[in-house]
Amino acid sequence: MRWGSPQKLSLTLLLLAALYVLGCGSSDDSSSSTSAAGGADCPKGKLATEKQGVLTVATDKPAYPPYFEDDDPTNGEGFESAVAYAIAKQLGYPPAKVEWTVESFNASFAPGPKDFDFDVNQITITPPREKAVDFSAPYYRANQAVVALKDSDAAKARSLADLQDAKLGVQIGTSSLEEAEAEIEPSSRPEVFNTSNDVVQALKNGQIEAIVVDLPTALYLTAVQVPEATVVGQFGSGSGEAWGALLEKDSKLTGCVSAAVEELESSGELEKITQRWMSQAAGAPELH
Amino acid sequence: MPSDRRLEREAAKRRRHRRGQAIAALSSLVVLGGLATLILTSPGWPEVRETFFDWGVFKDSFPDVAKAFWLDVKIFVIAELAILLVGLVVAMVRIARSPAIFPLRLLSVVYVDVFRGIPTILLVFLIGFGVPALRLQGSPTDPIVLGAIALTLSYSAYVAEVYRAGINSVHRGQRDAALAVGLTEVQALRHVILPQAVRRVAPPLLNDFVALQKDVALISILGPLEAFREAQIIEAQLFNFTPLVAAALLYLAVTIPTARIVDRLGGPEGAVR
Repeated sequence: MRWGSPQKLSLTLLLLAALYVLGCGSSDDSSSSTSAAGGADCPKGKLATEKQGVLTVATDKPAYPPYFEDDDPTNGEGFESAVAYAIAKQLGYPPAKVEWTVESFNASFAPGPKDFDFDVNQITITPPREKAVDFSAPYYRANQAVVALKDSDAAKARSLADLQDAKLGVQIGTSSLEEAEAEIEPSSRPEVFNTSNDVVQALKNGQIEAIVVDLPTALYLTAVQVPEATVVGQFGSGSGEAWGALLEKDSKLTGCVSAAVEELESSGELEKITQRWMSQAAGAPELH
Repeated sequence: MPSDRRLEREAAKRRRHRRGQAIAALSSLVVLGGLATLILTSPGWPEVRETFFDWGVFKDSFPDVAKAFWLDVKIFVIAELAILLVGLVVAMVRIARSPAIFPLRLLSVVYVDVFRGIPTILLVFLIGFGVPALRLQGSPTDPIVLGAIALTLSYSAYVAEVYRAGINSVHRGQRDAALAVGLTEVQALRHVILPQAVRRVAPPLLNDFVALQKDVALISILGPLEAFREAQIIEAQLFNFTPLVAAALLYLAVTIPTARIVDRLGGPEGAVR
């Protein structure tokens, strides 16, 4: 009683502030990114980049094959490294003018200034995500794949229905979770791990029976990390999920990067890069 | 009929009280208002508001996160009961004077040193992925069970020390007196020392439980869909951090009441006023 009132007053003030914060949550919605492709808006080698004169490209660390080789994005080896250098070249930045920076997946879409021009990290383009960041035109379409130990029941699955009762595992932040839930309709919800290494360990331990992961990753996992596992098959909604380079919301460069990707696509260069690094992806059996 | 002096004294007291209230209110307004102004006028605020405090996202994600939070509640209730027991056993072993149980005493010291010294997240990871890798017949592989075991091992080490401090704080004379009236050593412990010790350490025990109630989120690294993990999933789908704020509110909803209980037990000095 004696000291009750000031305390209550402070609490009330705090609550009011909290309500105010939540109340005006989703008031303004600005989604007006007009992408002026190529031409005068994208002077070669003279874009309004983060660091004058160089193009700063981001990805997560460790960077996994087949997207990067030897955990070193700067070597030009691996699919996304090659794509990034090809985009840079289109924009007028030779390899010497490309700098790499480490950006974790979560940080890449956190609000605040970004210290990269674009980020390549196998990020799927979805409309909700487009509210928070910009995406370039897609540079790859990925199917999902199911990985299981060779001697397991899950490895014998011939259809998605066969996998309904399998205990599935996915990596956090990947669209594999949504795809697995929508397409396989599992009887229990998949387990969700921090890294693909953790998912693999859980598979080896028998804590999960199958991994759902992007097909190129699945091929790498079974070739290198868990040779005792096999790619059971691939599935995907329509033509797979589109991956795009991630840019800061309303970045001036979005149109230029998109235009560069589209030029790479029409010149056949993107096809060549994809062939070189992701070629095995076509071989996995389809699951329906 | 109160004397004039008394009335005068009471009026002065009321004036002082009112003045105190006015000052507290004013200073709250200045400090909290200043803080709010600082945040609300910061250049990044509109963006932060959209990505961390989106009411639409909050409404949509809260039911899922709350459902996942139920798993946290179940885990910490079970872990707390186990910790109370394991911690007590370890503490008793550590204070026992019988030479025959020297190896057990040594083990209890090593246990407390090791499990209190390893970061909890590391312990959860090592037990969660390491134990099933042993492929021992009958050992658990369920990540929820393994995570609860890891938390129990970690927190029992702390709680054992809390118990030990409590037992040591009971004056020797209590034990001597109990033995003098014919109780055995065990009876003295059970009926005289422990009841006093436990009452004394109840606030620090609950304090550890507040910490545990948050640390349940660490189990998420093993795969189970508890509140933090569920919030992260929605966050990654929408590229919006509001579900994490929703999860934070849920953790607060259990830790704040526990903290208030601690305050009550700790007497008036602990309370906010």
